[in-house]
Amino acid sequence: MCRDSVGMTESIVVTDGLTKRYGDRTAVDDVSLTVRRGEVFGFLGPNGAGKTTTLRMLLGLVRPTRGTATVLGERPGNPSAVARTGALVEGPGFYPYLSGRDNLRVMARYQGSAEVTVDTALERVDLAARGRDAFRSYSLGMKQRLGVASALLGDPELLVLDEPTNGLDPAGMADMRKLIVEMAGHGRTVLLSSHLLGEVQEICDRVGVIANGRLLAEGTVTELRGGSGLFVRGEPVDVALAVAMHVAGEGGVRQLDGGVYVDLLVERAPELARELVSSGVDIQEIRPSERSLEDAFLEMTDGSGWTASEENPS
Amino acid sequence: MTVTTGWEPVRTVERPTGAGALWASVRAEMLRLRAWPAVWVLAGVWLALNLTFAYVFNYIAYTTGSGNFGTGEATDALLADLLPDAIPRVFTGGLPMFGGAIMMILGALAASSGFGWGTWKTVLTQCPGRLVAFGGTLLALALVVVAILIAQLVLDVGASALIATAESQALVWPDVGELAPSVGGGLLISATWAAAGVLIGVLTRSPALAVGLGLVWSLVVENLLRGVAGLIDGMDYVTNVLPGTAAGSMAGALGATAESGGDGAPGVLTVLSGGESALLLAVYVVVFLMAAALTMRRRDLA
Repeated sequence: MCRDSVGMTESIVVTDGLTKRYGDRTAVDDVSLTVRRGEVFGFLGPNGAGKTTTLRMLLGLVRPTRGTATVLGERPGNPSAVARTGALVEGPGFYPYLSGRDNLRVMARYQGSAEVTVDTALERVDLAARGRDAFRSYSLGMKQRLGVASALLGDPELLVLDEPTNGLDPAGMADMRKLIVEMAGHGRTVLLSSHLLGEVQEICDRVGVIANGRLLAEGTVTELRGGSGLFVRGEPVDVALAVAMHVAGEGGVRQLDGGVYVDLLVERAPELARELVSSGVDIQEIRPSERSLEDAFLEMTDGSGWTASEENPS
Repeated sequence: MTVTTGWEPVRTVERPTGAGALWASVRAEMLRLRAWPAVWVLAGVWLALNLTFAYVFNYIAYTTGSGNFGTGEATDALLADLLPDAIPRVFTGGLPMFGGAIMMILGALAASSGFGWGTWKTVLTQCPGRLVAFGGTLLALALVVVAILIAQLVLDVGASALIATAESQALVWPDVGELAPSVGGGLLISATWAAAGVLIGVLTRSPALAVGLGLVWSLVVENLLRGVAGLIDGMDYVTNVLPGTAAGSMAGALGATAESGGDGAPGVLTVLSGGESALLLAVYVVVFLMAAALTMRRRDLA
């Protein structure tokens, strides 16, 4: 579902060396990233990687220890930026004794926007039927959806959604992803964080990978996955390995799953096959192999990537 | 999540700024305070306490001829305090300690519950500026305090008129010139305690801790300090300017019977003059709220 990001050149969010320390602990370390207009930008990382702290800094909730951030051309927390941004950060926070609808009415009043937008927002997240029930009676998924509805109030240009599918059932997750893609399709920019690789791979145009507070990579899903390669299985393995290294260079070859991964374009498969056969290798299998984002992510974080590629070709 | 409404093209949003934004925050906060059961419970408890201790018990004491709580106050004087024209001097009698404690709980809950619920975080991502949001909360809280005192005044007028009628006394309404300073003094006392509650609430970020610490201070610590002031030289310089002393002196200056008299309301004092206590209370309100606002403005909402 990835869409072409060509033409999305206007930067909506820019951070430069953004750092947040709590005592000795560095929660976010020197993060520099750019989110462009109209894209779905995925902030990907394991729990505790610093995603939420970064989003909080972008919303003006937390002051950076060092570095700068610009949101919609303003500093974070600036009234003009706040008015054009909708956010759900670290779970929904609402008055438990008020109904979902009244909670949104309070937020619409705080915005100074018309309360009629409340019903539209409730419908968009499919909560209109339960809008008059007390927030405390909501399920986890309903609370999450109310949080997204609150972010949608006032029809903001930029949506910052921290783990928006948390607590949702599979159908709810699919609906939420559809909503996010649709918003981007209508010119909104979405910055979402997630620890779910599949989710990010499915809906994000570009991704920033964060672990231990550091931004490890930023790019399109395709860029991060890297180019596709070839998987070869043949006997004897050492000869196959030597031939592959001869063709693709030493750095372009890895042994895995009883075979060899070769960093070569698929178009060069016949050339590799010829070399293997002429060197006396019995080829049992040769096929294109594409890394999933998960592999790329695991490789970036602890070097244990590639292993899952055979089970999860994408 | 069926999409039932089409998306408009992205457009520039017009949002209120300055005083308009502050008014928007007040409206938002009023909506949620008005619907909050805790606010109604606190207001109800205070109004019931006031009615019971200022009128019901004293009227029973008068009709049974037992004097004020058995202390033997002349029954005529007892009846005089229950009539409408006595409202200016009895209005603030319960406020320094009991009403003040209720107002402090109100302020503490209003300011601190948003940290636990995560509503401050949500509000600050919707509202143009922290001080606008916090200012809205303070003004809405002020409106609630004013409403509670107006309700107290209405109840006092009703109860005293009923007693006057039952006892065949002439209905002499209080002089506005006396009533206005009394209600104003009541407002200052209430505002001071509510502001103290807000500050403790913002500092602790926890409703339970804020309410607990605030009550220990207002009901216990201040009284103990005033108790030891006579034993330690110079201690009275400190105890004379505590918020509770100022609140108690305000009520005392407005005519409420001081606790030192033996049959006065707890917390009512005659340490400071009316002017001194009014000034001190006003200073406390400003200092408490400034400190709370500065903390709100600077703090990380993690």
